[in-house]
Amino acid sequence: MPEDESVSVPVDIDIARVARLARISLTGTELGIYEAQLPVIIDHAARVQALDTAGIEPTSHPLPLANVFRTDSVGDCLDRDEVLSQAPETQDHQFVVPRIMDEA
Amino acid sequence: MTYEAVIGIETHVELSTSSKMFCACPVDTDSEPNTNVCPVCLGLPGALPVMNEKAVEWAMMIGHGLNCEIVGHSVMSRKNYFYPDMPKNYQISQYDLPLCINGHLDIETDEGVRRVGVTRVHMEEDTGKSSHIGGDSGRIQDALYSLIDFNRAGTPLMEIVSEPDMRTPAEARAFVSELREIVLALGVSDAKLEDGSMRFDGNISMRPGGTEGFGVKVEIKNMNSMRSLQQALEYEIERQTELLVDGHEVVQETRHWNEGAGKTESMRSKEEAFDYRYFPEPDLVPLAVDEAWDRRVLAELPELPSQARSRFEDLGLDPEAAALVARGETGPLFAAAVEAGADPKSAANWLTGEVMAWTRRNNTDPAATPLTGKHIAQLSTMQGDGRLSASAAKEVLGWVLAGEGSPEEVAEARDLVQMSDAGELQGIVDYVLAENPEAVAKLAEGDEKVLGYLVGQVMKASGGKADPKLARELLAT
Amino acid sequence: MSDLADLTISAAGVGLRSGEFSATDLLEAVHKRATMTEADLHAYLTIDRVGAAKAAVAAESAFRRGEDHGPLQGIPIALKDNMVTRAIETTASSKILAGWVPPYDATVVSRLKQAGSVIIGKTNLDEFAMGSSTENSAYGLTRNPWNPDTVPGGSSGGSAAAVAVGSALGSLGSDTGGSIRQPASFCGVVGVKPTYGLVSRYGLIAFASSLDQIGPFTRTVGDAALLLQAIAGHDPMDSTSYQGAIPDATSGLDAGVQGLRIGLITEMMGGEGYDPEVIAATRATVSKLENAGATVTEISMPSVDYALSAYYLIAPAECSANLARFDGVRYGLRVGGSTTEEMMANTRGEGFGPEVKRRILLGTYALSAGYYDAYYAQAQRVRTLVINDFNRAYETVDVLISPTAPTTAFKVGEKASDPLAMYLSDICTIPSNLSGHPGMSVPVGLDAAGLPIGVQILAPALGEPVMFRVAAEIERQAAFADRAVLATSAVPR
Ligand SMILES: [Mg+2]
Ligand SMILES: [Zn+2]
Repeated sequence: MPEDESVSVPVDIDIARVARLARISLTGTELGIYEAQLPVIIDHAARVQALDTAGIEPTSHPLPLANVFRTDSVGDCLDRDEVLSQAPETQDHQFVVPRIMDEA
Repeated sequence: MTYEAVIGIETHVELSTSSKMFCACPVDTDSEPNTNVCPVCLGLPGALPVMNEKAVEWAMMIGHGLNCEIVGHSVMSRKNYFYPDMPKNYQISQYDLPLCINGHLDIETDEGVRRVGVTRVHMEEDTGKSSHIGGDSGRIQDALYSLIDFNRAGTPLMEIVSEPDMRTPAEARAFVSELREIVLALGVSDAKLEDGSMRFDGNISMRPGGTEGFGVKVEIKNMNSMRSLQQALEYEIERQTELLVDGHEVVQETRHWNEGAGKTESMRSKEEAFDYRYFPEPDLVPLAVDEAWDRRVLAELPELPSQARSRFEDLGLDPEAAALVARGETGPLFAAAVEAGADPKSAANWLTGEVMAWTRRNNTDPAATPLTGKHIAQLSTMQGDGRLSASAAKEVLGWVLAGEGSPEEVAEARDLVQMSDAGELQGIVDYVLAENPEAVAKLAEGDEKVLGYLVGQVMKASGGKADPKLARELLAT
Repeated sequence: MSDLADLTISAAGVGLRSGEFSATDLLEAVHKRATMTEADLHAYLTIDRVGAAKAAVAAESAFRRGEDHGPLQGIPIALKDNMVTRAIETTASSKILAGWVPPYDATVVSRLKQAGSVIIGKTNLDEFAMGSSTENSAYGLTRNPWNPDTVPGGSSGGSAAAVAVGSALGSLGSDTGGSIRQPASFCGVVGVKPTYGLVSRYGLIAFASSLDQIGPFTRTVGDAALLLQAIAGHDPMDSTSYQGAIPDATSGLDAGVQGLRIGLITEMMGGEGYDPEVIAATRATVSKLENAGATVTEISMPSVDYALSAYYLIAPAECSANLARFDGVRYGLRVGGSTTEEMMANTRGEGFGPEVKRRILLGTYALSAGYYDAYYAQAQRVRTLVINDFNRAYETVDVLISPTAPTTAFKVGEKASDPLAMYLSDICTIPSNLSGHPGMSVPVGLDAAGLPIGVQILAPALGEPVMFRVAAEIERQAAFADRAVLATSAVPR
């Protein structure tokens, strides 16, 4: 990772692996385009590393909220036919998927 | 060289809250497929999670039950991986800031008490259920396709991770069963292994005896009972030891327990290792548990099995009986029975004997029956003062469990009260003696065998209600 | 009578209440305007004529019964198509959601319905709100009413264009990195990103959860305040929803800026990529405010130079998880495969457009093992620095001012092949998404090419009243609203 934003270090990104992780099939052309584009964007984004953030807490949320709950009570569910009407494939009131193969 | 096993257990427990972890759908295992779903638990675009407060408090109770520290600032995270029964393709879980950490559980082993560390207890959501169609025996490996029901998706799920502190399968089994007792005593889950509301995975590695390092770890999945846990671990110890003795290496992998074949099998490993890309769940806000809240939860903590056991021993039960009766199914009833004045030993006998037998036969558990502590007290009193014979008492209990009322009411209505009043019984004895002159003559000659016959006649004449001991006394005089 | 489609929400409210015209008349005028302009602009993906007609009739009978649910009753409003509408197709401009008919309403939709407004339809956007030009829509681009050769901005380009051209009196958009303010600026309308948490996100198809916020587009500042008040408020279905009292955006509209302290953000007042005309218009606006009694200072916020970088780690990371649910199992597109894994990859490969894939890949990478600390965690720390900079600024000023975007509307296709150049279009708006603070864009004039220029007003969390107060003064000084109507009515050639 570059210490100094002016030094551009080639970004190490295996697009094919990332695409597998993200479950996106890419054509060869797409792969080529992203292989050219993503390192440039990441390089720009990596400028964040130039800032001294020692002792700075990360913000994962803009609002200082905590403990937001619902009470444990039962409410309405959706109509099953309406839910299943949107599914690509159903059988016996369930969603059909192709063979799952091995679980991990 | 001898090898020693190093075992850790990861347990998932479904909470039996009324509603799901992040939405208002019911937690209910018996519904028609895909009827207990809403935009949130179905992962519809735009839907957002909101935490179930009771689930958080129950998680804190489990933490306390396992002697954990409750973390003041904890955070929900997204665990990213694709699986068709997981609606959002990420699981809301906890990662670097779980709710409960640094606990322990003491278990009884052959070498005395062993303390097993509890690394963490964290909250997450369960997935849906898939059933595999086509191929052999519903196994995922052979299926042609799968069906998915999302009713279970979003059920509050607690993950309890132990330290690798167990050395034998028996210890692992003791750990899991004590854990189950605690969960039951807390009343936060039905912890049914057969229904999957309690599930566990094992981690096991071998190391040369007497050393402190760790060998290559194998993860075992799909152990659906205490027995399969023990068998799978035993099988793995043998397999890994054999490999090591022969100079081979153990491969780090996940293995699947094949119950039918009685062995663990390698699951084909994925091309790439899992990379869960955890990050804080931006749709939820952090949890802040302050002392006041923690104290409120602690105040509601019921008696734990270990506390119940020592209390029951103090009541005069031997350790074995105390352990038996302190179990989640019977503990609260026993305490109530003693409270209502039952003799502790007699109450323990009833509960661990007849009551458990009846509920097992009827595929239920004592808490689901109308039986109360008062009933047990009444039953043992009635038997103690001779109003119920041993067999009548059993019969009465059966009807009480079936919902016919208290033992007094059942015995009365079914006419099962024993005739144990000498004056009342004398009339019948006199009648039997008058009707059986030959037998009386033999008795007079000292033929003791005939006494049994006469007692039988008295029982018959009394419609079975006579106290046989009393009848024998009256006949002999 | 002037064309009803050119009315402001408040003027239309007066007409509806006086009986000068009915909600149906108003809806018909808006439909007529849509018919005239849609072929050129394509602001809408779906126009729900039947539903809107029913809602208009319902509003009419409510008026007749003397029932008044407030300033939106009978007012035609458009929704960006990433807000879920029960029984109306919702696609977020993605092929992966083609034909999806949701079984529920987003909270903002329920609130609009309760307020008696008439939902006209769903507007076009960059797919899943990822983009700054509304060119990344699977259903075709939207054009800018001021010059159809230029983009309307994005991602809420459809909502901005509809309001600018009068095919809606007001609309809702969502702003993750500037997606309301930048198109408002490009289209010459008012656009508001409220304080994070003020408006419920329940039913907004998530792009980046910690940045997304719904807000209004209108032709005037006053209308924006009315629409914001109607949709703001605590929602128990959104854990991140603000629970306190809702600040009243309408409270200071006539108060002027006498005595207010205004800061100009140094880092956004020029430099590479900034159009001098835009900078000049911003300076002119600030001078007018000074003449109206405000004090003006320049304030440097060094961390904002890093905001864009942090944003392009945080937003893709969150989107990579948020968009994982589009997998061909429960709704939307499915492209087959011999295994579930293959089916999911094929579905996502075909269903998502290039920009969406680019961001999912970016986010997946930024979160993956070994990179989390260097990228995502570091970006979240930079976010803290941005918040600190804002808080420091708000110790000395009441609001901050900058251009809304470095340029006016650019040409269709101009930045389509250079993602980084496109991202730079949001450089002024992104910091307040990171901080969660409110911001809005108000039109102040036209550049030499006749394209609108917007000025951005930023305020501290829950500072909507002072932000709107300044915006109202800018609007009065610029007298832009009248000209917008003239310009837009010239569009259908
Ligand atoms: Mg887990
Ligand atoms: Zn649900």
